[in-house]
Amino acid sequence: MTEKTQPDLARREFLSQGAKAAAGLTLAPGVMLYGVAEAKPADQAVTSKVRWGMLIDTTKCASGCNACVQACNEENGLGNEKKSRAEQVPQYIRKVELREKATGRVVSMPMMCQHCENPPCADVCPTGASFKRADGVVLVDRHICIGCRYCMMACPYKARSLVHEALEDQKANNPRGKGCVEACNLCIPRVDEGGQPACVEACAAEGHKAMIFGDLNDPKSEIAQRVAKYATTQVRADLGLNPGVRYQGI
Amino acid sequence: MKKTLFTQIEGGKGFYGLLAAFGAVILAGLAAVYHMEHNGHWVTGMDNQIVWGLPHVFAIFLIVAASGALNVASIASVFGKKMYKPLAPMSAFLAVTLLLGGLTVLVLDLGRPDRLIVAMTYYNFKSIFAWNIILYNGFLAIVAVYLWMMLEKRMNRYSTPVGYVAFVWRLILTTGTGSIFGFLVAREAYDAALLAPMFIVMSFSFGLAIFMLVLLGSYKMTDRPLGDMVLRRLKNLLAVFVAGVLYFVLVYHVTNLYATQHHGVEAFILKDGGIFTTMFWFGQILIGSIAPLAIFFHPTLSKSRQWLGIGAVLVVLGGLAQVFVIVIGGQAYPLNLFPGYEVTSTFFDGQVNTYSPTLAEFLLGVMGLGVALAVFAVGAKALRLMPASLADDMVDPH
Repeated sequence: MTEKTQPDLARREFLSQGAKAAAGLTLAPGVMLYGVAEAKPADQAVTSKVRWGMLIDTTKCASGCNACVQACNEENGLGNEKKSRAEQVPQYIRKVELREKATGRVVSMPMMCQHCENPPCADVCPTGASFKRADGVVLVDRHICIGCRYCMMACPYKARSLVHEALEDQKANNPRGKGCVEACNLCIPRVDEGGQPACVEACAAEGHKAMIFGDLNDPKSEIAQRVAKYATTQVRADLGLNPGVRYQGI
Repeated sequence: MKKTLFTQIEGGKGFYGLLAAFGAVILAGLAAVYHMEHNGHWVTGMDNQIVWGLPHVFAIFLIVAASGALNVASIASVFGKKMYKPLAPMSAFLAVTLLLGGLTVLVLDLGRPDRLIVAMTYYNFKSIFAWNIILYNGFLAIVAVYLWMMLEKRMNRYSTPVGYVAFVWRLILTTGTGSIFGFLVAREAYDAALLAPMFIVMSFSFGLAIFMLVLLGSYKMTDRPLGDMVLRRLKNLLAVFVAGVLYFVLVYHVTNLYATQHHGVEAFILKDGGIFTTMFWFGQILIGSIAPLAIFFHPTLSKSRQWLGIGAVLVVLGGLAQVFVIVIGGQAYPLNLFPGYEVTSTFFDGQVNTYSPTLAEFLLGVMGLGVALAVFAVGAKALRLMPASLADDMVDPH
């Protein structure tokens, strides 16, 4: 498995400065300050000092609320498939409804790429298109994905989708190609510019605040403090993958 | 005992008719590829739940059979059995063509087959797929050299050491193919080291069955004498391999049945899985194992060539059913993300996934067989692969 650092592009730096200013205008003040404090300057390479992660409090997640899914689809330009069947339409994030067999307790929660420390998708990828960035974000390099779908076989979380048809009207921040595999990228274009993933913002805007995003390696971050204090669960912890997404209440 | 004379096959009407038939199969497959790749995979029965479909069943079957087809040559070179020596060039060449057929299918089903060059230039060495790309190419190269050693008289003395290398390589190759599934920790039907040796025994069985069919067919079509002794020996060997596969299947399921956590997936395959249960009991076990064993050990049927041919065809069909159950059945059973919970979602969590293959996927899969047999026929015309006679008095029984 390979770890890659972001190429240092002057153009990207220029764009991100502008976007950072724009983000400051659009986000709530507290969110913006918090986000900018964690983000790296755009001229620096990604490092493993940061481990981006997410904490999902299932006790705050409302059954029937789909705000995170809608925000993700909007942000990444999903849902414009015209020909794919329901089983073929890519979903980066989905709401999962759980019912504990022994007790009948019901839980609703979002599932997406869990951004494993040891991602099986990246292990099995023959070309290295599936990779983990130094800051823990698992991504697909769509220039070298050959569409073999071995990563989809290997992912324990059903987090990945194949693009089954040619797509139009794509978002500039998420170009999608027929025949390539894709998944949640933790909204890395936003995060690199100091923002939060779209799902996390949407959840907060709904007033649920069930999703917290931040740097697990930064002891001062809210997420690091919460996971240090409260019991949290990794889905399929038995596999030893150490996902960056953790859950409370399951 | 006379010296074996190897000759090319004649290029008469029968030969070109056969090539035309294989060509039609290949053309139909190419049309299917164009349809699938031009439109995208939405035109197939595959989706984000069943990500590998019928093309992979055929591809994996052919790749597994390829390494098994080499066995006849290995028995001659590595184990020194003289009876198998005249069959060795055919065996080695068939191994190459079956692998080419399987890889053709695999590569043409990629989401981006136009990026094949990427697969050849970017390697992630932790990926078993990447290892397999090296193992497949290495197999083709080694067996090509092996063929050269066997066909060129001056090089004959090197055929034994090269045969050893080819034998070891083919064992590693099939280990790699089995490990494609054995290494998938997340899916309950896979994640078993047993899959690697099981695939090796499967390769012995599938490869020898195809070899026997090619032998029977080609000798009949070219009117070459084929004695009962060769067939009887191959038949007995195939029966042992079929029983060997059954043994591994038994161990696999008994082991799974012992562990409570696997009861769900076992009940699915053995009892409640619909098409997969039918494919397992009727296809793999009855048609593919018990029926051929009954034929091969039957006092009168086992003496009939027609019945031996039918037995070998049943082994092939049962093999396809077995790979179908492994590849598709293993994906149809839902991933267990939350033990102890019932799960529902818009992404089909917790549901048994259904798969309805399309004609295009079937045609692409069958094209692999067409490629393998067409290349074999052309090879047999161009090279001296086939002994002019395999009559009993021409064959060394040792």
